[in-house]
Amino acid sequence: MDTSTRFARLAAEPFTVVDARGLRVRGRGGKIGEIFGRRELLNLLVRRDLQARYRDSFLGFLWTVIRPLIQFLMYFIVLGQFLQAARGIDQFAIYLFSGLTLFVFFSDMISGATGSIIGNAGLVKKIYLPREIFPLASVGAAGFMFFVQLLILVLAAIVLQALPQPVEMLWFFPSLGLILVYGLALGLLLAALNVYLRDIQYLTEVVLMLAMWASPIVYSWQMVSDAITRSGLPAWVLEVYAANPITIGVLGFHRAFWNAGTPADYPEGLGMRMLIAGIVGLVLLFLSHRAFVRLQGNFAQEL
Amino acid sequence: MSATTTPPDIVRLNGVTKHFVVRKDNSLKDRIVHFGRLGSSHREDFVAVDDVTLDIEAGTTVGLMGANGSGKSTLLKLIGGIVSPSSGTVQTRGRMAALLELGAGFHPDLSGRENVYLNASILGLTRAEIDAQFDDIVAFSGIGDFIDTAVKFYSSGMYVRLAFAVAVHTDPDILLVDEVLAVGDEAFQRKCMERIAQFREEGRTIILVSHSAQQVAELCDRGVVLADGKVVYDGDTNQAIGVLRQVLDDKRTAGIAHDENVHPIEVTRIEILDGAGAPASELRDGDPMTIRVHVIATRPFERWELGFSIDTPLGHMALASNTEALGVRLDPLADNTHVDLTIARVNLGPGQYFVNANAVGISDEASHALMQGAMFTVVGATNTFGTVAASVTITSENASERE
Repeated sequence: MDTSTRFARLAAEPFTVVDARGLRVRGRGGKIGEIFGRRELLNLLVRRDLQARYRDSFLGFLWTVIRPLIQFLMYFIVLGQFLQAARGIDQFAIYLFSGLTLFVFFSDMISGATGSIIGNAGLVKKIYLPREIFPLASVGAAGFMFFVQLLILVLAAIVLQALPQPVEMLWFFPSLGLILVYGLALGLLLAALNVYLRDIQYLTEVVLMLAMWASPIVYSWQMVSDAITRSGLPAWVLEVYAANPITIGVLGFHRAFWNAGTPADYPEGLGMRMLIAGIVGLVLLFLSHRAFVRLQGNFAQEL
Repeated sequence: MSATTTPPDIVRLNGVTKHFVVRKDNSLKDRIVHFGRLGSSHREDFVAVDDVTLDIEAGTTVGLMGANGSGKSTLLKLIGGIVSPSSGTVQTRGRMAALLELGAGFHPDLSGRENVYLNASILGLTRAEIDAQFDDIVAFSGIGDFIDTAVKFYSSGMYVRLAFAVAVHTDPDILLVDEVLAVGDEAFQRKCMERIAQFREEGRTIILVSHSAQQVAELCDRGVVLADGKVVYDGDTNQAIGVLRQVLDDKRTAGIAHDENVHPIEVTRIEILDGAGAPASELRDGDPMTIRVHVIATRPFERWELGFSIDTPLGHMALASNTEALGVRLDPLADNTHVDLTIARVNLGPGQYFVNANAVGISDEASHALMQGAMFTVVGATNTFGTVAASVTITSENASERE
């Protein structure tokens, strides 16, 4: 390019400002626009994550399927048959696998995102990129695995004739959206905190393990409400249980893929609960992104 | 076009300050244990960059210089947006490529080809642009058929060549370079230099952090010297190099710890005297010069020898000799003395030089050397380069002789 045209172009360009509050992005769309502008890179980072993960392994991508299937079989046989959790639940296989698929997605998002900034330390320290890209790439990689499991879920549901009416299947979208919002919000926050405090990643593992049992994945909603009534606990305990966004998302997934449910299998007003949880999630996403932006100024130093 | 006569500013730094808090505790347990009052004793705050205000015009090549820890790399990271300032603002425009480390973002398990796409994308190229440049990048790197091999099997030279090839094909307006040119073999370094020179001609702005005064002198239009996070000089490159050496020299003399060992024979001090016998720190090419070496001894030495050497700042010897080589027998050393070594004509090229001296006892075995005991600057003709001063004339068959 000719020097004078370069200078003319530069003279016309506005400045990008970096101050104590981080980088202020010029142009339309702000941060989202900036990340959208780097979507090709995001795509490459997701592929790098996936390619590098199973490179040089004999079974390769099959591992994305094997691990959750083994987990599924374990719960299905031990909890479902030996401990007879399956007795009160028709189509237990689909019930279990649909909840598990969504939860594993959430869990992969969070654990992937938490380690993402540290895992890309080499890049974070050396090159300016919108740092949100790294947690987002982890979410993308988790999304790919989720997609593969989802295919299996749909196939299995068709074979076992467990799919509900098509209109019921629309629950899939808000449920997935809810989990995605919370996954992103927590993922961003934890990714940033983990840079400063490495305990976060271990803490996250433990909390995720607990979270799985705190949602109706291997047992039913009815079992929880019965247990609470039986032990004479006040009704708000159930409300607290139902306020968990993962619980709401999992219940939504059951509605979308599992046709054996009765009204007693879901709390009242699931749609309204999902809407409220979604709004809270979006506020949380906004706040955790603000925190991320504040914290990222020193990433290069802390790594 | 007016834009050509006055290049626009491409980087503006306004009162930029960067503090770092260094924590000694990094786990949750430590944080909780040291929470509150105790916490402050486990933190250390230091200022890496202190109130720097700079404007850089498009098309200039700026060398950032300074001793280790003077904040030059931090300043480069601030300009690159990699760290945010604690106060003040950093304004930049145009497309930026940072060569803070070659091959940052290479994934060892992916092939060269995949890494080229990934790294070029990190540096801001779109897929279509990479497709168009891909063959050029491979040709420039000289990797050839290895492009489809995982980069973990590359030699370090191949790795660096591929990374550099990607970086220089990204069409940046601003190129930030941090010491990376110090890697690779000589041929590769040449290639880097040529590329940077070409970038300058194309009106790109280059901000370079370098320890090599020679590299800065060769490449830059403007030198900025930092000391303890502050700009101490900003302007002409050659003067900047002078200031840098002064800064380094101050640091060096301050850093010399007093040797606790008592040497039987010791060089205590070196002085530089001019032709009139007055202490001098600046000499003209061709002037006479005397190196006065002060020696003390704890016991008498019947026979002893003395040597000196003059080094460039890079540590290359420019001139050296000793009493043995010169065939001089020194008077017996009783307790203390000084010896004058006179050089009739200083035929050294312009620049800074350090003087070392050593004394060796022969009759009674003992020795001591004082490294960089004095420093002087030679000023003179600027039409030749190197450590030797000589007048050069050029004749050719069809051109008239000129100086």
